[in-house]
Amino acid sequence: MRIAVLSGKGGTGKTLISVNLAAVAKTSIYIDCDVEEPNGHLFFKPGNIQEEEVSVLIPKVDEKLCSGCRKCVDFCKFNALAYIKDKLIIFEEVCHSCGGCIMLCPKKALTEKEKVIGKVQKGTSDNVTVNTGILNTGEASGIHIIKKLLNNNTEIDKQTFIDCPPGSACIVMESIKDADYCVLAAEPTMFGVHNLNMVYELVRLFKKPLGVVLNKCLEEENPAEKFCFEKNIKVLSRIPFDNELGILNSNAEIAVRKSEKYRAMFSSLLATVIKEVHHETASDSQR
Amino acid sequence: MKIAIPVDEKSLQSNVCVSFGRTPYFLIYDTDTKKSVFVDNGAAVSTGGAGIKAAQMIVDSKASILLTPRLGENAAEVIKAAEIKIYKTTTAAAQDNIEAFIAGKLPLLNEFHAGFHGQRGN
Repeated sequence: MRIAVLSGKGGTGKTLISVNLAAVAKTSIYIDCDVEEPNGHLFFKPGNIQEEEVSVLIPKVDEKLCSGCRKCVDFCKFNALAYIKDKLIIFEEVCHSCGGCIMLCPKKALTEKEKVIGKVQKGTSDNVTVNTGILNTGEASGIHIIKKLLNNNTEIDKQTFIDCPPGSACIVMESIKDADYCVLAAEPTMFGVHNLNMVYELVRLFKKPLGVVLNKCLEEENPAEKFCFEKNIKVLSRIPFDNELGILNSNAEIAVRKSEKYRAMFSSLLATVIKEVHHETASDSQR
Repeated sequence: MKIAIPVDEKSLQSNVCVSFGRTPYFLIYDTDTKKSVFVDNGAAVSTGGAGIKAAQMIVDSKASILLTPRLGENAAEVIKAAEIKIYKTTTAAAQDNIEAFIAGKLPLLNEFHAGFHGQRGN
């Protein structure tokens, strides 16, 4: 069972929710897909870390074969190629590894070469297998690292929690693609609602079942809750705007491992999510 | 000799555009014929790598001089590979900068920024 936790903006509580869900489950897999700045490992502090490099294929040119037709330069949507003074220049950091230039080259002057763009790490923290994707600074896209993370963790019988990157761009789509259920983290502000709507639309596009966790809840009116009510979205849990939780979190402690109150809250959230997933699977098979 | 300048409008009096890669137009000024040509910058709408594509256009225009307030490092790599000399504009209007360049009053641009890409789509 794969649960993806996502939000339209950073700092809404994706890591808080996914780390604590994974920690409260009996045995689980945690996958940090926020490869540009992974932070789940700061909480888990995993041991026995194994590392694996991730590389992509980028073009290299054989200048003797290149005729200067510029088909590759014109084709590249990311402008990773330029042709100057009878010489092809390839901007490796700009290349998105689509392979189009290599396919197009009429002289077969372009071939593939491997380039390391980052790595994945796997370690353990008590009951949790912790997976972290790390994209090297300056690289164009973390997609290949996310693919590697998800392909390394395909045991469907294990409870798997995917900590997604913020936003609704292609790296988020890659992270939720094979999820059974999406948990949307929401903040009680107008800005938060705007971003919640973005991910809500994305998850609907992917036809994934979803629910919202309202984070940083105050006594006053919650625009995110109003949004959920209007769109008829299931509210899975309400996390209070609480000093104790803030202190635990800023000390990189896992709330459910330190506080009975939060252990109870996230156990209940996990139970709700599992119920929702089973409900969805059941209604799926009826369709 | 041809001089290229990123400009906001299609006029010699136009302001120099603050962005090289995403400028709407390039002014190509020929110092021999005193003629101005304005080229639409097709790179302005690129998702990424606008500086590289814009630099390729400047190279193809056969300019040997580029006047710009600033330049990203990828664009600079292309421009330098083509042995085009880069000078820093010092005033707002394109024409004033051309005159300043001809009078030898513009400094060479030799600091290139890392670009403004990579900001996250939060």
